[in-house]
Amino acid sequence: MLGGFFKKTKYITMPRKTQVKSISHLNFLGVQEEVQPSIPDGMWQKCKKCGQILYTKDVEEQDQVCPDCGYHFRLSASQRIQQLMDPDTFEPWDEDLVLQNPLQDNKYLEKMKQLQEQTGLGDALISGKGSLGGYAIVLGVMDSGFLMGSMGTVVGEKLTRAIERATQQKLPVVLFTASGGARMQEGIFSLMQMAKTSAALAKHQEAGLLSIIVLTDPTTGGVTASFAMLGDIILAEPEALIGFAGPRVIRQTIGQQLPEGFQTSEFLLQHGFIDQIVTRKEMKEVITKILALHEGVKV
Amino acid sequence: MSLGEFQKQIQEMEKKIKEIHLFSQQQGVDLSEELKRMEEKLQNLRKQAYYNLTPWEKITIARKMERPTALDYIQYIFTDFMELHGDRYFGDDPAIIGGIAWLEKIPVTVIGQQKGRNTKENIYQNFGMPHPEGYRKALRLMKQAEKFRRPIICFIDTPGAFCGIGAEERGQGEAIARNLLEMSMLKTPIVSLVIGEGGSGGALALGVADQIWMLEHSVYSILSPEGYASILWKDSNRAEEAAEKMKLTAQDLKSFGIIDGILAEPLGGAHEEPKEMAQTIKKTLLEIIPKMKNNSMEELLRKRYEKFRKM
Ligand SMILES: [Zn+2]
Repeated sequence: MLGGFFKKTKYITMPRKTQVKSISHLNFLGVQEEVQPSIPDGMWQKCKKCGQILYTKDVEEQDQVCPDCGYHFRLSASQRIQQLMDPDTFEPWDEDLVLQNPLQDNKYLEKMKQLQEQTGLGDALISGKGSLGGYAIVLGVMDSGFLMGSMGTVVGEKLTRAIERATQQKLPVVLFTASGGARMQEGIFSLMQMAKTSAALAKHQEAGLLSIIVLTDPTTGGVTASFAMLGDIILAEPEALIGFAGPRVIRQTIGQQLPEGFQTSEFLLQHGFIDQIVTRKEMKEVITKILALHEGVKV
Repeated sequence: MSLGEFQKQIQEMEKKIKEIHLFSQQQGVDLSEELKRMEEKLQNLRKQAYYNLTPWEKITIARKMERPTALDYIQYIFTDFMELHGDRYFGDDPAIIGGIAWLEKIPVTVIGQQKGRNTKENIYQNFGMPHPEGYRKALRLMKQAEKFRRPIICFIDTPGAFCGIGAEERGQGEAIARNLLEMSMLKTPIVSLVIGEGGSGGALALGVADQIWMLEHSVYSILSPEGYASILWKDSNRAEEAAEKMKLTAQDLKSFGIIDGILAEPLGGAHEEPKEMAQTIKKTLLEIIPKMKNNSMEELLRKRYEKFRKM
């Protein structure tokens, strides 16, 4: 079933095509209010947390972390892969998987085309195989700059295939989440991706293989309620928004203000739902350590 | 014609029949032929009215307070139902009920989202919107069913998992996710029935089953049409339009191959004849459960995986 999907060694060098201007997509749970461009325009940018005006170049050198307060800006999937994987080892999978438009939503189709052109991505996830710290892994990285990283059939299928291949090839999976949740434009089909990806992960775990999830800003909705919470080890970047329902929906439902620090990585750590908060700077080292401890395969 | 227009005609017809009936009694005139003809016409009107419901009209029926709840069906379908409480970690969530019972001669585990049958009950049962402890109770009972090789029957009826501070603190996402993962591997047959509203991940957490059936006028969707309209169009008043677009009726889902079958409802909806509806459900359960038990466990799990794999 899986044969024929492997691309001949095609390494990604990942020039992020354009500077993505604020894509204000409205995701399923109202996380849109936190949306910010992952790479702001121009030479200057303002830190969302400390308000400092920063040289974009400085921020880039720090892997998109504020040099002043340590706030982690959002990364595109390509940036993430570039930071994380050993140079020239990443081989993307299923890039040509075509969009299902099960509800025949033409506006959605248009939007997708436009986004594909803008971002150079096919959909909100890059998956593939490569080496990290010298260990062979299957990697999946979501991109919140693409329709809020929402999970529709393409994202779900790519993830499932990646996990299934990891099971077949006896490899660990490392998944970076960044998603507003299920993709509403694909209706019930999006919902079913939650079951599909979770079932694939169940088989991977049953085979005694390692799964590492890294939660990044933002991870909510149907992604939180499926594979994101199912890793053997769950890490998170600092101060990421992580939750089931988006803050706005909760505020509306209960008619109250939310407590300070609610639904952050720190909140999840405190409540026992993640193993560690790891800064971007240390991420590669920490994952390498985990892979080593699980006697990963050296490439 | 909309349901409202049909209903107006139906009422007029009912009134007319009553008048003629009275007239024939008072005057001693035999109008039985005429009456019979009119009764037939009335019945036809009723059928037509409910055959052509719009998605929004179905939602209205699916959400009716009088619509039978999980407990109503449990009472009619099973014997010796014994409710089992608590998740063993935090508490007992009244929005999900579960327990053991007999389906004729088959011991089964039954789990359901429980909406209230009046306002007071609804507040207690949180309108069928579970907290994490509800999903964890469900999982505990499912693992127990697996241990004793009991088939599991889940009644899905929820607007969605609850959104609130406590729900987040206790890991609503994790609770749902865990159910999806565990259910996909559970070594016992699972049947899920959407009896009213199947709302989002909160519904799916009881829905990773070998057989998924829906009642004729029930709905199952990624989120409520109100939510969809408010997010995509920033206008929750366009819910009716969203309902059209979302393809959330039992008929839509059957055509997509997402569900296995549709259970016909009594005329006017399940609430008109709850017992009759329960009998239909029972008959179906008695047909499909023995068949599922005939599969080897390996076969059953393989088919379950394939079922969701295709979606
Ligand atoms: Zn800063």
